[in-house]
Amino acid sequence: MVPTPAPLHLAVALDGAGWHPAAWREPDAQPQRLFTAGYWTELARHAERGLLDFLTIEDGLDLQSDDRFQADSRTDRVRGRLDAVLIAARVAPATRHIGFVPTAITTHTEPFHLSKAIATLDYVSAGRAGIRVQVAVRAGTTAHFGRREIPPLEPDRLADPDTQRLIADHFDEAADYVEVLRRLWDSWEDDAEIRDVATGRFIDRDKLHYIDFEGRWFSVKGPSITPRPPQGQPIIAALGHASVPYQLIARSADVGFVTPRDAAHAAEIVAEIRTEQARAGRPEQASTGKTVHVFGDLVVFLDETKAAAVARRQRLDERAGTEYHSDAHIFTGTAIGLADLLQEWQAAGLSGFRLRPAALPCDLTQLTERLVPELRRRCLFRARYEADTPRGLLGLGRPANRYAAA
Amino acid sequence: MTKQIHLAAHFPGVNNTTVWSDPAAGSHIEFDSFRQFAQTAERGRLDFLFLAEGLRLREQNGLIYDLDVVGRPDTFTVLAALAAVTEHIGLTGTINSTFNEPYEVARQFASLDHLSGGRSAWNVVTSWDAFTGENFRRGGYLAQGDRYERARTFLATALELWDSWRGDEILADSGTGQFLATAAPGTFRHRDAFFDIAGQFNVPRSPQGRPVIFQAGDSDEGRDFAAASADAIFSRYSTLEAGQAFYADVKGRLPRFGRTRGELLILPAATFVLGDTNAEAAEIARDVRRAQVSPQTALMFIEQLWNTELSGFDVDGPLPSFDPVVSDTLISQGRASVRQFAKDPVALAAEWRARAEAGNLSAREVVIEVTGRQSFVGSAETVATAINELVQADAADGYIMVPHITPGGLAPFVDQVVPLLQERGVFRADYTGTTLRDHLGLAPLRRAEQTTAARAVAAG
Repeated sequence: MVPTPAPLHLAVALDGAGWHPAAWREPDAQPQRLFTAGYWTELARHAERGLLDFLTIEDGLDLQSDDRFQADSRTDRVRGRLDAVLIAARVAPATRHIGFVPTAITTHTEPFHLSKAIATLDYVSAGRAGIRVQVAVRAGTTAHFGRREIPPLEPDRLADPDTQRLIADHFDEAADYVEVLRRLWDSWEDDAEIRDVATGRFIDRDKLHYIDFEGRWFSVKGPSITPRPPQGQPIIAALGHASVPYQLIARSADVGFVTPRDAAHAAEIVAEIRTEQARAGRPEQASTGKTVHVFGDLVVFLDETKAAAVARRQRLDERAGTEYHSDAHIFTGTAIGLADLLQEWQAAGLSGFRLRPAALPCDLTQLTERLVPELRRRCLFRARYEADTPRGLLGLGRPANRYAAA
Repeated sequence: MTKQIHLAAHFPGVNNTTVWSDPAAGSHIEFDSFRQFAQTAERGRLDFLFLAEGLRLREQNGLIYDLDVVGRPDTFTVLAALAAVTEHIGLTGTINSTFNEPYEVARQFASLDHLSGGRSAWNVVTSWDAFTGENFRRGGYLAQGDRYERARTFLATALELWDSWRGDEILADSGTGQFLATAAPGTFRHRDAFFDIAGQFNVPRSPQGRPVIFQAGDSDEGRDFAAASADAIFSRYSTLEAGQAFYADVKGRLPRFGRTRGELLILPAATFVLGDTNAEAAEIARDVRRAQVSPQTALMFIEQLWNTELSGFDVDGPLPSFDPVVSDTLISQGRASVRQFAKDPVALAAEWRARAEAGNLSAREVVIEVTGRQSFVGSAETVATAINELVQADAADGYIMVPHITPGGLAPFVDQVVPLLQERGVFRADYTGTTLRDHLGLAPLRRAEQTTAARAVAAG
């Protein structure tokens, strides 16, 4: 008997006009509409027509820059962005199935606020919320808040022990932050609201719980002001390129986005994350489904022929004035070629992919109209949404509440 | 000249005004309740809807308070979602200036303004209590005297951030390849006792330039804060005399800040009960008051004033004969109304006893009498007339209606009272503008004016 291939999961990463810096100048780009609800609604509906699991929205608490460590003064790139959680909330009621995983910065924001924001995103989307947590290392971002002293990262001293300790601190704080999000989401049991007219009680307060979190960076008492969200625990994602963020993914996340160079590298990363998971007491459960999904991140330039894709990439590079580089592998070619690569990397242990369209909407159109049908032909992708929530689509189930009596 | 009335709708809150025990009462959390409420308000051509906020569940006697509605969604997130299911109505959110940072709040409101096409408003409130602070990084205690100072500088900083983009920076010219007209948009620098921040704001100028600013403070400082910088005041004076006094006082402060009377709207919160006749409405109003003050709720109010636990106390009998416990430690936490009780509890208790004696009232009946009677009770005709008379008499510029049933309690007002006001030509028959500033009759902002506002706030 030929085993049925496991379906893979697909997410699209939305950022401005696309991930290539010259994407906004493409003929079908809409750079004047980047700050409108209509632009984002159309993209989300488009991704939903392709039956994608979820979309992510990039964000940051500073102006975009080509320089990883500080602001630049370029005028030929998209600059400025809207709050990603609010974009997701604005768009979610106009869709029915696709999940929303906006980005939030853990370094400067309040876990209490973000917890209720994502719980609320889960309510307004009928259970389709998630959050991608990200640390902020630029000195410029720290200066926008001005309430803590964080030494800036210096590009030529990244290997120094002090720098490494600082980076580890950022990710430890992110792990604490995620712990607070999760505890607050569980701080109301599902049946806490009782509306008991006889006793005059609206809630059963024994089913509300203080979380009493105390850590190095903050302490949070709880309970949340927002009841437990429909999914129980909205999905939490993080992007990682090295061991420290892999630990965050393994210990705390539901989905990790990683950036392998090739299939062998993907296998190495998955093995490292699985080892960390086991160490953290979160082993993969063959019988009950996934614990942590590892998705490969890829930038994609797609066209009807490989030559056309290469030509488009070259044209974009010429307009940008520099060759495009990315932290993720860059795929340039046809949807069929991409399907081959995804299948190969899936065999190395990845369960899904987060695809970063080089330009919007054209690379998203290629994903939904070319890649998805090709994957479906190979029995690797769904023909219809088989669940109403990202947790459901990812086989994560609805988790028990950590505070509920068994 | 006949004034045009401004009307808004307050989503029922987490206090005993909201009657959750009514069979018609729906969810306070599910998005459908918010959608229905907002769409009803928009059907009535109301100026905006209003959401309150709380950042810690209330407690009494060290336990989470369980008699009122408990729990609510995140203000920003639900307003952004409501922008998807409405087209015109303003979206006003209460956001605390104590447990937030200006850069983040400014970008959230600028984002909401973009995503709603210019319909956002911010009700700026402050806290000082360590109780709420236990949920936040900053935690701790802000001296009560500092809270307005922090709120003032917080708002001044936010105004600078919104003004840091002029509105003409984005060219997005694919031909020339220039996305930006300038190399460093959004540049700002702010330093005062509370905030020392600098850099670049990352949200381009929004359709309204900034959210409409609401303020709810009632103290002398709060009134000055509003007169200096707010576009509207959410007040609690819904009666003629108190309304006129507040109105005259606040409008009288405006010239000191270089502003005219039309630049600050006074919008008290108002509850209502409608009936086919005035007599029927009065009867319904009595029933509503009894539902709002259940025996358990009456006991909680008495405990709050007496500042002591009174388990087993019979609320159908007389008020306690002993005096309240005067102490800096209050048995109730996270509730602003308790501060009114704490000012002079012995005198207030004497006043309650006098009311009880004069009317031969039980403890519960006194609580029903003295706490939160409805602002407008009567037939639709009576209520429409009363609202119009109060506005024309300068007791208010309009009202923020607070229904007691979620989410359906607003519909009778929209369907019965609003048409009467429209017939009289004192309320819009349809929206004539697109932004909340348009609905409120506030002129569009030019950048120079905003800079002036920021300076006025900064200078105090």
